[in-house]
Amino acid sequence: MSNGTSASLAIPERMGAALLDIATQVGGITIMAGQIARRAAPWRIDRYEFTRNMYRMGVKSLPILAATAFFVGAIMVIQAAPVVVQYNARNFLGWSAIYTTFREIGPLLMALMFNGRVGANNTAELGTMAVTEQLDALRALAIDPITYLVVPRAISIVIILTCLVVIGDFLAILGAIGMAWFMLDVHWLFFINSALPRLELWDFLVGIIKAFLYGIMIALNSCYFGLSTTGGAPGVGRAVNRSVVAAASGVFIADYMSTFILD
Amino acid sequence: MSTTTAENTAPETPERDDEDLEDIEDSLLEFYARELKDLGGVFVRTLYYCVNGTREKGDVAVQMFAIGNGSLFFMTITMAFIGAIVAYQMGLQTQKIIPDMSLLGAGFLKLQVRDLIASVGAMPLATRVGAGIAAEIGSMVVTEQTDALRMSAADPVDFLVVPRFLAAVVMGTVVLCIGGAVSIFAGMTVALVSFDINPNTFFNFSMLTWGDVTLGLLKMVTYGGTIAIVSSQRGLRTFGGSEGVGLATTEAVVGSLFGIIIWQFLLSAIGYVLLPP
Repeated sequence: MSNGTSASLAIPERMGAALLDIATQVGGITIMAGQIARRAAPWRIDRYEFTRNMYRMGVKSLPILAATAFFVGAIMVIQAAPVVVQYNARNFLGWSAIYTTFREIGPLLMALMFNGRVGANNTAELGTMAVTEQLDALRALAIDPITYLVVPRAISIVIILTCLVVIGDFLAILGAIGMAWFMLDVHWLFFINSALPRLELWDFLVGIIKAFLYGIMIALNSCYFGLSTTGGAPGVGRAVNRSVVAAASGVFIADYMSTFILD
Repeated sequence: MSTTTAENTAPETPERDDEDLEDIEDSLLEFYARELKDLGGVFVRTLYYCVNGTREKGDVAVQMFAIGNGSLFFMTITMAFIGAIVAYQMGLQTQKIIPDMSLLGAGFLKLQVRDLIASVGAMPLATRVGAGIAAEIGSMVVTEQTDALRMSAADPVDFLVVPRFLAAVVMGTVVLCIGGAVSIFAGMTVALVSFDINPNTFFNFSMLTWGDVTLGLLKMVTYGGTIAIVSSQRGLRTFGGSEGVGLATTEAVVGSLFGIIIWQFLLSAIGYVLLPP
């Protein structure tokens, strides 16, 4: 605690400090969102930096996200299995697994994985630039770090996560079909036929809209904590830690809001 | 001289390319094998030192505070959201199939206890705890503090990994249990507000068995251990300054999340056979 405070004030002081900390972060992130929006409005983006980030974030994280999606589909079937066996409700299996994956679990788990893979990496990269004074070098050359570094990264994170969730949704269906066939002897044609009449396009679109919102959360948090890194190598580790935690909270809050709004 | 070398190299180039490709393929498989071997090595050494290591007094308590109390606030908020979302989603789904909502609570409690509290809750926990462990150990590695430990004939696994492993197994379970209680109450609130389900109807433990509780607790313990081992191994292998610390943290989060998903798959499948619902 700071000097001159008695022990009895330690707890309120800590709570106040935590609240101020959260307020600083939310304010900083909002300001950064405004800055990004202002710079992205007339489409002026460094094309090399943009394509490089799209490749690094998209193509490089496709394998891990594909594996995640595949397992998510399989797990949804395992979770539904007891009910299916108990009530002999095989014709609901396909719908229930795909509906939950599309609307909720698929985008959520893929966003958390993406946050760990790309969000953390992005914070680490920007943070390393910050602590090795590369950002100051850019400023000295009259290059705005937000235009040159943050805008391409933020936009590619949003686009890439949305695209990956579209791909992942279909891989999750494959995982669910495989697991249903292997574990419950549900033929894949039966699985799909039982799901299609009950599914609506809107169920799929809800997941895509959610992925878009999660992408915005991850992009803003990872860029903000990256740029505000201080304190050498340990500082980079701390920044990555705080960035992934803040982005995960943001994803859950966005999930909660969107689940209630988009039903 | 120059002609002979040209003749020698010209036909060899395509072959060499093939060999290079094979090398890459081999090394990718070898890479995964080496990773698994390394992880297994850290795990076995951690278990060994858990039994007969020289532990610094209070180290485990410090880590328990950092891992447990440090993530309690974040986890309570997250788990409340998870409970609310799951209850709402289940309500929507039930409304589509049967209009009778009286069994929603029973199904919700079973699903939450058996799987979702442990598995979905472990993901934010892995994000926070895994990144913390890797960042801390990684910073020690790049500032050569672990080399100093080795110079003093102390194994970093004994001094750094064991306290974190024990703390993550114990406090991970505790935090997830507390978070689980919060998520169930959040689900109850949503069921009351959105679907008019009386809390007395909601708290229906008739579908819950001891098998569900055992499986849920087993998952929590496994995930806690996985997070600690994967993140510590990533942290210990850090190299290359601040960039390396960032990379290690990233890999720790991804590795722990993926480990959790694989364990979730395996344990759910094993649980379906051994502890039938």
